[in-house]
Amino acid sequence: MGGGRIVAGCLAPHPPHLVYAENPPQNEPSSEGGWEQLRWGYDRLRASLAEVDHDVVVILSPHWQTYVGTHLLGLEQFEGFSVDPVFPNLFRYTYDLTIDLDLAEGIHAEALAAGLDAHMMRNPDFRVDYGTITTAHLTDPEWSKPLVVISSNRSRHYYSVEVMQEMMAELGRATKKAIEASGKRAVVLASNSLSHRHFTTEPEVPEDMSHEHITSHAMHLWDMRIIDHMVNGRTKQLLDEMPEFTDQAIAETDGGALTWLLHALDLPEYKATLHGYGTVIGTGNAVVEWPAWRHQEGSA
Amino acid sequence: MTVVASFVVPVHPHPMLAPESNEGYGRLRAAFDEASARIEASGADLLIVYSTTWPSIIGHQIQADPNPVWNLVDHDFHELGTMHYDFDIDADFAHAWRDAAEGRGLTARTVNYHGFPIDVGSVVSLSLLNPGNRIPAVIVSSNVYANRTETTVLAKSCLDAAAAAGKKVAVVAAMSLSNRMFTRRIEPEEDRIHSLKDDEWNRKILQFLEDGRLEDVGQLSRTIHHQIRVQKVVAFKPMWFLSAMNDHRNDLTGEVLAYEALHGAGGAVIHLDPASNGRGDKEYDEENVEVFGGDRNVLDTDSEEQDTEDAPAAHPAPASNSGPALWDPVEGEDAVNTDTAPKPVGAYPHARRVGDMLYLSGVGPRQPGTNAIPGGPIHDGKGQALDYDIKAQTRAVVQNVERVLKEAGGSLENVVDVTSFLVDMDRDFAGYNEVWADTLGKVGPTRTTLAIRSLPTPIAVEMKVVAHLPQ
Repeated sequence: MGGGRIVAGCLAPHPPHLVYAENPPQNEPSSEGGWEQLRWGYDRLRASLAEVDHDVVVILSPHWQTYVGTHLLGLEQFEGFSVDPVFPNLFRYTYDLTIDLDLAEGIHAEALAAGLDAHMMRNPDFRVDYGTITTAHLTDPEWSKPLVVISSNRSRHYYSVEVMQEMMAELGRATKKAIEASGKRAVVLASNSLSHRHFTTEPEVPEDMSHEHITSHAMHLWDMRIIDHMVNGRTKQLLDEMPEFTDQAIAETDGGALTWLLHALDLPEYKATLHGYGTVIGTGNAVVEWPAWRHQEGSA
Repeated sequence: MTVVASFVVPVHPHPMLAPESNEGYGRLRAAFDEASARIEASGADLLIVYSTTWPSIIGHQIQADPNPVWNLVDHDFHELGTMHYDFDIDADFAHAWRDAAEGRGLTARTVNYHGFPIDVGSVVSLSLLNPGNRIPAVIVSSNVYANRTETTVLAKSCLDAAAAAGKKVAVVAAMSLSNRMFTRRIEPEEDRIHSLKDDEWNRKILQFLEDGRLEDVGQLSRTIHHQIRVQKVVAFKPMWFLSAMNDHRNDLTGEVLAYEALHGAGGAVIHLDPASNGRGDKEYDEENVEVFGGDRNVLDTDSEEQDTEDAPAAHPAPASNSGPALWDPVEGEDAVNTDTAPKPVGAYPHARRVGDMLYLSGVGPRQPGTNAIPGGPIHDGKGQALDYDIKAQTRAVVQNVERVLKEAGGSLENVVDVTSFLVDMDRDFAGYNEVWADTLGKVGPTRTTLAIRSLPTPIAVEMKVVAHLPQ
């Protein structure tokens, strides 16, 4: 085939609080709102993606954590009930998702060809992680597109941020290659926060926004610096600073999703669009889009 | 004796799902079976599982679904198959543990949600150690941010609840020793400990535990974590929990039932019997802390203000730095005093016995040792009002009452009359009443509740208790 491409890449974090705040029918708990800055950011992202014709959404979530290689969901359908083990009071979500199995197999094959350890997950009882579900819901609440779901290999924990970046760079390039070979137009989502130090207590009303702020000034400075790199097209500098950022901001970039995304996008030098920034239980979260389609020949 | 047996068991699914694929997995499975038999023989009527594969962030989570049923598939080893579980959880104990943890200054909550994802370490432990749900169990999370102090206090709160309920407890730490796995698939027959260094450290740990030196392993936990542990979110904490559950002892009777590789990680089944081996000495040098005093707010945006001169100290310390001086309780022939209750703020005993009756001095929520106030003080050192949790304060009052009664040889069951004092009846009566219903309300003493202007320390509730305690 051939002719496929990534039409947009997004940093699309997965705090379950945002789904909780929306009160969608799939989620059991109910709320009085909250975290509007981020939810409005997702509104803007959805509006932007609605303008981009695409066939499939590819997600890498830090909450499917694998230590033995990278794994991909390997059946056409997964349905079930996802309960967040950390915030079960907020997120108990009934899901039913479709996998683009051809593309998943294609990425798997390219990853193996690149020398990575990769596996297809074909156990029908497998429960899809809440990070994937949250990011998928927030970008497409109608679940209108098939997904490819990739696990987060924890190479940062086994080795270092540098090794993680090497592996995720390979995986990003493999993902890009497979998408191009598939002939499909793909949106690629990195499901992670930025700074990731939590508060260890929760207000009685979780959506009480008078309690919500970044955990420390240092975390705020790091988040703003990274966002500044994104919106000014300084991708290589961002990747260069990733080890310091990941360690000092205890950032969720440790899961490799952002590094993978930026390599899948072929290290974009164009400016990303910041749709929103906000904190969730003290962690920093940005909704950012790299509108690749605007920078591709013949795109409209 | 509250803790009748302790065990260390691995978290990987191989001994449960594929014991026949490798002789080592088979030996681990046989060791699980042996441990299961020993738990049955111990007479334990409650199984506590501290699992490193259940990380938590908001305090300590305690499973309270009486009958969780689900299918679990491991994130890495999904090809081994599905683990179906159907457990009996002692929800009453879970709630009591939560209350006791809050009483000791911890953030804790129970979880009771259909479909809650019970972690692989807990599923493997309970499935293999407690087939057929022979005895009820409770599972507790491993908090990502908890240090040794907090983990120690968590264990002590478990012991509080177990003692109050008269439970005989078997404790299980679901954990790996070295936790570095091979990062590529290997065949079962290729399995071995990932490196010689990991193996040497694992054997060092096993030797300590076989010698019954549990507290010493607790003291080495940070070193062990640095030496042979991949820096996952949950550090090598379970030895802190296990040691505190065993009174920080170094003279247990230990036996290693199996030690094998699990995709490179070190997996062991170890039995620690509380019977003394007659050899160990206590060597620990860290504070044997009773109450969690908070996380020091080192990353809190208010911390700079709190560091300035004359500014109030961080929650919940204000109570220890303000208010009246503390006194040693007055001794006397009929006096009942205990170090487990907070010090008086004047010259009086904790309680005084007259015949079969025990009269307690007014009891507040302050904690022994630290003087911290669970739920927070009602105002700072300058008298500025602070938000506080009346339910946490009330629970702490009841626990202090219980401590004094225990010293006198009684329990809450002996309470016959209570006079309660609230400084803000409108704000606090409902919360106070809710905790009352869960605690003393179940015993049934008479009660009078009064609104008063203030109490000597920055607390919102105090109780005057009379108990009938036949000699």
